[in-house]
Amino acid sequence: MTRLIVRRLLFIIPTLLVVSLLIVVMEEIVPGDVGREILGPYAPAQVAALDHTLGADKPIVQRYIDWLGGFLTLHWGESPISQQPVFSLTMQRLWNSAQLAALALVIIIPTSIVLGVIAALRRDGIADRIITIASLSLTVVPEFVSGAVLILLFAITLRLFPYPPTIPPGAGPLTRIHYMLLPVIPLMFVELGYIARMARADMIDALAMPYVRTATLKGLSRRRVILVHALRNALAPTVTVIGTQVGWLLGGLVVVEKLFIYPGIGYLMYQSATLKDVKVLEATVLVIAAIYMFSNLAADVIVALLNPRVRFGR
Amino acid sequence: MDPGYDPEMPLGRPLQGLDGIEGAASGLPSDRLVRRRFVLRSLRRSPTFLTGAGILLFWIVMAAVSTHLTKFGPDSIDPYHTLAGPSGLHWFGTDENGRDVLSRTLAGARTVLVIAPLATLLCLLMGGTIGLIAGFFKGYADEILMRFVDVLLSLPVIIAAIVIVTVLGHSLPNIILTIAILFTAPVARTIRSAVVSEREKEYVQAARLRGEHAPYIMGAEILPNILGPIIVEGTVRLGYAVFTAATLSFLGFGLTAPSPDWGLTISNDYQYIQGSWWTVLFPAMALASLVVGANLLADGLRKALEE
Repeated sequence: MTRLIVRRLLFIIPTLLVVSLLIVVMEEIVPGDVGREILGPYAPAQVAALDHTLGADKPIVQRYIDWLGGFLTLHWGESPISQQPVFSLTMQRLWNSAQLAALALVIIIPTSIVLGVIAALRRDGIADRIITIASLSLTVVPEFVSGAVLILLFAITLRLFPYPPTIPPGAGPLTRIHYMLLPVIPLMFVELGYIARMARADMIDALAMPYVRTATLKGLSRRRVILVHALRNALAPTVTVIGTQVGWLLGGLVVVEKLFIYPGIGYLMYQSATLKDVKVLEATVLVIAAIYMFSNLAADVIVALLNPRVRFGR
Repeated sequence: MDPGYDPEMPLGRPLQGLDGIEGAASGLPSDRLVRRRFVLRSLRRSPTFLTGAGILLFWIVMAAVSTHLTKFGPDSIDPYHTLAGPSGLHWFGTDENGRDVLSRTLAGARTVLVIAPLATLLCLLMGGTIGLIAGFFKGYADEILMRFVDVLLSLPVIIAAIVIVTVLGHSLPNIILTIAILFTAPVARTIRSAVVSEREKEYVQAARLRGEHAPYIMGAEILPNILGPIIVEGTVRLGYAVFTAATLSFLGFGLTAPSPDWGLTISNDYQYIQGSWWTVLFPAMALASLVVGANLLADGLRKALEE
């Protein structure tokens, strides 16, 4: 168990370094020079001076070491474009996204597991087919397509949700949740199919296991057999899928936050890539990569904990 | 109806059933022919596969000939009829430049249907090579290649794609290359695990004993026997490639105006959604049908090949 965690950490840290290196190299390749990007093309002397104060004229290795030292001590600097401190900007946006993602996960996980289990219990029946085909279709449609259709249907035609869908500043928590429900649905759709499909397959496997037959023959009620005996063992692989789906969720946030103009880390990342604001881009990409890899690790740890063979010794 | 029931099954079954013979037998070309006929039969009876193939075929035909079928060109501007609702003349209405939404929706299939299949072929080629080498040689080659694959998988696809496209620039070849690089990792993993389970089989050992060299065994012996997983992986990736290409153009990291590309159109016309729903709804439906079609095709194929 400890060995698994240590081994994975030994992989995650160099990988983050590689990602950070790639981005610094990118800063070198991205057309345009930092000072020029800010001051425009008509002031070459000031551009050179600004480049010097920003340190943009130092050799790349020196700049990487400076940047890395600053990054590790949380001195992430200031965005040369928006003039905001990168660390607090990234963290504030991350917090906004975390709320959206948390709301999404709270809705997705129980819904998709219940749908998957129903499909497994009604295997090859009509309910199974409807759940399987609908969740497959909703899963593969890009978030901006389902998002646009949902806005059209629920915000513009039925007026159940506000349009424009951007949260007004100073809104109370209930208003915020009301505004956040619609962007959560496209995120939910994309996850739904994977988790439901996994839950269905695991449940079918679990129901075929000898211990389920033993439990049934012991005279336990069907409900107890399903909820206590089969479900717990069926959930382990499902948890892994939820862990890996965090990656899709993070990618989906970029799209959904752009569509709904929601001030989260995805929108920040999108904006910084469009504006070539490399400092902010670096910070957001590294934060997203770290969250992604640690959530995968967490999923593996949870699976290991759910597995009695791992939990007791070995 | 149970799609697993087939009167010809007894012919196909013994090849898979008897453990001792399986390894040696499935390597023979004649057995592969029997198996292929069986797979084709079950594909013809799979509603999932047929629906998917039908949708895909429709869009391929539309991408090729739609400009000859529609009354208006996808780029022909009409300043007197901007944002007009659906009518007898413009079935799907017109957009903010008075362009016919029907023509643009049908022609919009082109860009995605160029990007996605090319990216898929390229990622199968790169991922297939990495997977074959890693799975066949094991040891150091495997370790190094798979760590490289893990690094590629350390970022969510869309995030990584945005970073790469920002560096390379938004041209059509760059978008294809970006998607291909990102999908190389999952393909390499799938192919590697297929190769690992294949390399211990008797026909591979026989080839080694004959003194065949490694590239021959990989290309002529193992490759034909893992075509099934490769095809399934390819169709699955095709669906993802459509998804990723469309998302990149929606985010503005893809093609530029006046291309009728669906992602781009939805992104541009989203501002008119409140008054002119037709400018967004039709390209959205078209894109949804194509991704669902590609995934139905993949699902049908996988079930047929796994039976």
